[in-house]
Amino acid sequence: MTTADIVGPDRSAPVLPEEEVRSGLWGVWDRAWLNLRTGNLGPLPIIVGQVIVVMLFAFTATNFFTAVNFVDLIGQTAGTAMLAYGVVYVLLLGEIDLSIGYVAGIGALVVAELQLPGSGHQLPGIVAMLVAVAACAGIGLLQGSIVAFVGVPSFVVTLGGFLIWQGVILNTLQQRGTIIIQDRWINYTDSYLFSHLAGWVIAAIVSLLYPLSVLYKRITARGTVIANVNIYAFVARTLGVAITAFGVVAIANHGRVILEKEGLPLAGLIMVFFLVVLTFLAKWTTFGRHVYAVGGNAEAARRAGINVPRIRVLVFMISGATAGIGGIIFAAQVNSVALTFPPSNLLLNAIAAAVIGGVSLFGGRGEVRGALLGAVLISTLQNGLNTLNVSNGWIYVVTGAVLLFAVTLDTFARRLQARSGR
Amino acid sequence: MSDTPLLQITGLSKSFGSVQALSEVDFEVRAGEVMALVGDNGAGKSTLVKCIAGTHSPDSGTIRFEGNPVHINSPKDAAKLGIEVVYQDLALCDNLDVVQNMYLGREASTFQILNEAVMEHHTGETLKSLAVTTIKSVRQTVATLSGGQRQSVAVARAVMWNSKLVVLDEPTAALGVAQTEQVLALVRRLGEQGLGVILISHNLHDVFETASRITVLRLGRTVGVFDRKATTQQAVVEAITAGTPTKVAGISSTTGVTA
Repeated sequence: MTTADIVGPDRSAPVLPEEEVRSGLWGVWDRAWLNLRTGNLGPLPIIVGQVIVVMLFAFTATNFFTAVNFVDLIGQTAGTAMLAYGVVYVLLLGEIDLSIGYVAGIGALVVAELQLPGSGHQLPGIVAMLVAVAACAGIGLLQGSIVAFVGVPSFVVTLGGFLIWQGVILNTLQQRGTIIIQDRWINYTDSYLFSHLAGWVIAAIVSLLYPLSVLYKRITARGTVIANVNIYAFVARTLGVAITAFGVVAIANHGRVILEKEGLPLAGLIMVFFLVVLTFLAKWTTFGRHVYAVGGNAEAARRAGINVPRIRVLVFMISGATAGIGGIIFAAQVNSVALTFPPSNLLLNAIAAAVIGGVSLFGGRGEVRGALLGAVLISTLQNGLNTLNVSNGWIYVVTGAVLLFAVTLDTFARRLQARSGR
Repeated sequence: MSDTPLLQITGLSKSFGSVQALSEVDFEVRAGEVMALVGDNGAGKSTLVKCIAGTHSPDSGTIRFEGNPVHINSPKDAAKLGIEVVYQDLALCDNLDVVQNMYLGREASTFQILNEAVMEHHTGETLKSLAVTTIKSVRQTVATLSGGQRQSVAVARAVMWNSKLVVLDEPTAALGVAQTEQVLALVRRLGEQGLGVILISHNLHDVFETASRITVLRLGRTVGVFDRKATTQQAVVEAITAGTPTKVAGISSTTGVTA
């Protein structure tokens, strides 16, 4: 027998429709149709949902579409998005971190305590923030080590963390009362507004990131599948990002009604900065690859020589650190840390944002950008309902319904994917 | 074939508590041959493989690799020598694509930043050199592949790392007829390319179609090494079910078994 006799077509392999995709403009249509049929929708449903929500509020809420509200909205989104980024990493491993809401509280508390004038341990704002984020990463190290080395399920470990850190915050603040944050740099994380020009420059840089990454791949990976991007889809994505970036800056630059100054808030830049950094970490580095591998099949990852406990611990550290950053942004919004901090729905908003953004609860599937899209949708929804003077109860009901709807849609999509073998 | 076996095991014993899993086992593989390892359940095949792969360390006996005595204490030691094991329950990540799986745990990178171009090119070349042609795109996720294709990826991954000895644990156990043929052809090709191959299988048909020699284990002892061309399935089955050890600990000549 010759090789050709033996290696015939693999009859039971599913026929992949990949080859039906043409090149050029038709390719975009083919790809879209293929994705629709096979339930591979990516971020499309959430973007459509976002557009619908914005249009709905534009018609019903009179002060939703004001620039002041818009700048507020960016601040609210940034905090939630920071926590949701961490949730993405934890969910990618197939784990959960329920402690992040109160870890965010700890981050805010540490920052507030360390900047306190006359306390004897006052630190410059930036140093205080670094220490706070490091402390939160340390909490992640502790919780992650119990998960990775002792083998206690993350649900239980972080539920314990949820109660413990809540208790620490309660004890401290009941004794101390509200701590006012006076440090300029800490408050800047939410309220610093860039000049018009700086805003435009930032929008331009953000718009260039995606095309530059594609260009980089085309140069360094010539002739490979990953470098082969449909030119029309590429242009559409580039334009989408650019229109969003410049649109955000354009609206933010006209918020002069109440604020002394108008412009893009620093919180918005922080949110985008960590989106880029954490996406890079997930998609372009060995560490990120190992996170996806452990989430997909931990035993396979272990056999392949990946240090699985190390990956788990590092991911919980990321989760703690992003929660700390989010907590600082929330504290800067109100220039203080009080007993009502963190907001009670913070944890669930962050998890909902990641899940609405298409991150699987079972590990191995999802992207960091999903967390941003989910956070934007949730914040817009809650902000819009607020401007309509809807009660808090109804805001919860609506948020819950959207979460359920998103996950149901995702479940149907997964079923389609399984049927088509993708 | 060279004179020195690629892997030569002499007098290997391993016990777990009071259970003697392997006693005084002799085993060898030459470069360029497919050595089948057969035996009933509990004969010690898995234990022997785990000693070769570094998962278990033997109690006594010597392992020589390319003529040199070696101690394989961890899977890393085995990999360093050029020994790769493809396990029955395929160690692949469904959510990753073919390239990502081929390089799992050994990603090509500069300062921790992945070098996708190198990985994709090399994966394509490896699959082509093994005539694995049914996989349409190396950027398909493994979840979309058939059982035979997945097994091919797992084998190709083992081969890619300049390995000298590839251990295949029941590679066709879960496959259909056409896919089995595809994987067996791949196994033969590994031998033709000069690698040593250990094929563990329950399926004597598969064994007779691919192996050049067959080692039979029974109750933790070697009961015979058969040349495929000079034996029959009947003889091998007899050895598996009622074989006489060729060497019994402490006894110089074979005296038969009581079973």
